[in-house]
Amino acid sequence: MAFLNMLSKKAIIRLTTLLAIITWVVLVFGDLSIVFSTTHNLKPGIGREIPPIMLSLFILSLFVFYKYRIEKAESINFVDLLWKVFVTGLITTIVSLFFRLFLNLLGSTKLAENVIFLDFIYLSNLGLISAFLISTFIVWKRLILYQKSKFLLTAWQIFEYSLLFSLLYNVLPIPAVQDLEEYYSALLVLMGIFLSANMKWVAYLNFKQKWKSILLIALAMFYLGYFTFTLFNLADDIGESTTQFTDFRSNVFILALIAFIFIYALFSLLVILFNLPTSSVFEQKLEEVVNFQRLSQSIQTEQNEERVYDILLESAVSTVFADAAWIEIIRPGESNQFYTQGISVKEIQNIKQHISDNNVRGILDQSSDKTINLNKYLSTLKGSRFRSILAFPIYVKNQQLGTLALLKDVTDGFNKEMTKIIDTFTNQAGISIENFRLLSEALENERYKEELKIAKRVQSSLLPKELDHDGDYDMVAFSEAADEVGGDYYDTYRVSRNKIALIISDVSGKGTSAAFHMSQMKGIFHSFAQLDLSPKEFLEKANQALSQCLDKASFITTSYFVINSTTKTVEFARAGHCPTLFYDAQLKKGTYFQNKGLGLGILRNGEFGNYIQTNAFQYKRDDIVVLYTDGVTEAKNVQGDEFGYERLQKFIEKVSALSVQEIQQKLINELYEFTGTKSIDDDYTTLIIKFN
Amino acid sequence: MVDIKRLQEEDHDVIVIIGEVDASSSIELDNAISEAVKSGKKKFLVDCTSLDYISSAGLGVFMSYIEEFKRNDINLVIFGLNDKVANVFEILGLDQLLKIEGTKEEAKALLG
Repeated sequence: MAFLNMLSKKAIIRLTTLLAIITWVVLVFGDLSIVFSTTHNLKPGIGREIPPIMLSLFILSLFVFYKYRIEKAESINFVDLLWKVFVTGLITTIVSLFFRLFLNLLGSTKLAENVIFLDFIYLSNLGLISAFLISTFIVWKRLILYQKSKFLLTAWQIFEYSLLFSLLYNVLPIPAVQDLEEYYSALLVLMGIFLSANMKWVAYLNFKQKWKSILLIALAMFYLGYFTFTLFNLADDIGESTTQFTDFRSNVFILALIAFIFIYALFSLLVILFNLPTSSVFEQKLEEVVNFQRLSQSIQTEQNEERVYDILLESAVSTVFADAAWIEIIRPGESNQFYTQGISVKEIQNIKQHISDNNVRGILDQSSDKTINLNKYLSTLKGSRFRSILAFPIYVKNQQLGTLALLKDVTDGFNKEMTKIIDTFTNQAGISIENFRLLSEALENERYKEELKIAKRVQSSLLPKELDHDGDYDMVAFSEAADEVGGDYYDTYRVSRNKIALIISDVSGKGTSAAFHMSQMKGIFHSFAQLDLSPKEFLEKANQALSQCLDKASFITTSYFVINSTTKTVEFARAGHCPTLFYDAQLKKGTYFQNKGLGLGILRNGEFGNYIQTNAFQYKRDDIVVLYTDGVTEAKNVQGDEFGYERLQKFIEKVSALSVQEIQQKLINELYEFTGTKSIDDDYTTLIIKFN
Repeated sequence: MVDIKRLQEEDHDVIVIIGEVDASSSIELDNAISEAVKSGKKKFLVDCTSLDYISSAGLGVFMSYIEEFKRNDINLVIFGLNDKVANVFEILGLDQLLKIEGTKEEAKALLG
């Protein structure tokens, strides 16, 4: 078999065809010469054992040939398989009939009575029937092993190997074995009968296919009968002259195969015949399954809830053979929506009215009892064509979404089975709708996330790529946004050669709105900073401008600085922003400026200025200013403690000797080390200035 | 995250905030204050003794009602802020616009 596996399917088919032809030719010549020798009392030039060996080899070649032609062929349906049997049978029968016609034409001429000639025709028929038997055997195998179990497979393999073993057995004329021949044949037949009980495939045929199958099997049985009859006749005729020919009647393989094929054909025929009346039931069940599947699949994205209702209506009607149906969808605050089939909304209203007049609660509106028989109420409705009604609620998350009602024009039109099926259908429809809604929600969330990403990109692009530089100080900034879009902002603006304006802001809230407010803040900064305003004036103007833009609950905290490198002073004011940390290089101490302030947008009138205090200081070499947003001081560790003001102050005192870049890097490391995580809840923004 | 209760006491209502007020739970705070304002009552105490944290969105809620309190003559006094939360109110400057007291007694006294 390993050798066979190495060859391609095509090569095997060709090889076995060639082998079958050669062995058959050798068989014919061998057998003819033996028959000729024995009838003419000559010593045969060929050993008696040659023809049986050739017959066995011939059968084996055919076996492999059909195994690859039929068994390995993929996805062939049952009727196609039976069709193959029929076609093979037809071809072989036509060829055989041709021989018979030829024989009949010869009439009682000498040739017709010549035993050599008869033997030739006999052998030709034997070759044909072998081909037919083996191809049918392979088809039967596929049918029997349809939906196989391990046990069945083992049983089949035993049967198949036993059959093939009988080929060997024909070749070896061991006397002891020959005594067992009858038992062996009987055993094979019994195994054949046992295996013939497997007919699962029949159930999967529809009504039309069943009729086709019956026809095809009947014809196959006819061929089998014809061949067997012809062969027996021919063998009898030849047997009158000589006993030295290859008699199939002693070939266990062929006999067992004939028996098996006949038995399975007969069983199949009967089973299909008996299954004919119930096939419509099976088909209906299959349709139910298909309908059910359609309902489950109706949650695909391109479909909507309406489609689910349509499918439910269609499936329910076709499954229980209803004459009309409707689905009523409850829409709070609106009139209910109807999906109908074979009935008008007016008629529906009449039926509903009539049923509620009869005080049957809860069938077509909310109720838990769904299987009350409404028929007797319906029958009193004059002018209605319907005599049975079946109604089911459609639930989504324990909430009734609507009702499915089915109608028939006969009384007691719905049985228990139908009730069960429709119950399953409505449940499934409910699940589909629920899934559909969940999916829409998920998509909505996805869209929201996508928007946030855009907002985040916009936000980070608003931060300056480069900060203003001056020989008087070094400045670095760092900003990292949390997953959600934040609203941290910092920027510088050179007002004049020796004066720059510096801002740091934190927009309240997160998300897209924060990013928008931040961009407004940037616009405000770049507009007003040009005017060379004092910090307080700037904040007042900014507050006034923002009062028109910010929504009711939003505010922006800001610190605004004006650094004058001529006078070496920093003037600043705070609008609700975190207090500025100042490190005095002489005192070697960090302190927070405690000036009062109020966030921008909190007080949207002229009083705002009253809450702002301006502060100023002179800077010296190595003094440090640390600006930051509340994300830094509010960063929490695993225990829930905040990073806090004190830790920040101690930190700056410790690293004061380093350059701004180093200080910044150390601060970032310190923060991540403190929180113990790479993910941050809020935005971290720091801006560090060190004076020279 | 946050649990907000409204209790009636003598001549005033007490709004108790328990837990943390962040961006999402600030909506509940907003609803509670909005309801209080709509109720037509004029005297409220806000009990923040169990308020552990308030985000800028939470502060935004208080901020957004300052004008309305003034317009409708509503007297609302916040009390019981812990140091951290009090600091957040102070930094933003809200302590200058809202009435904030240390204890309930002080708050009641201010309510009059």
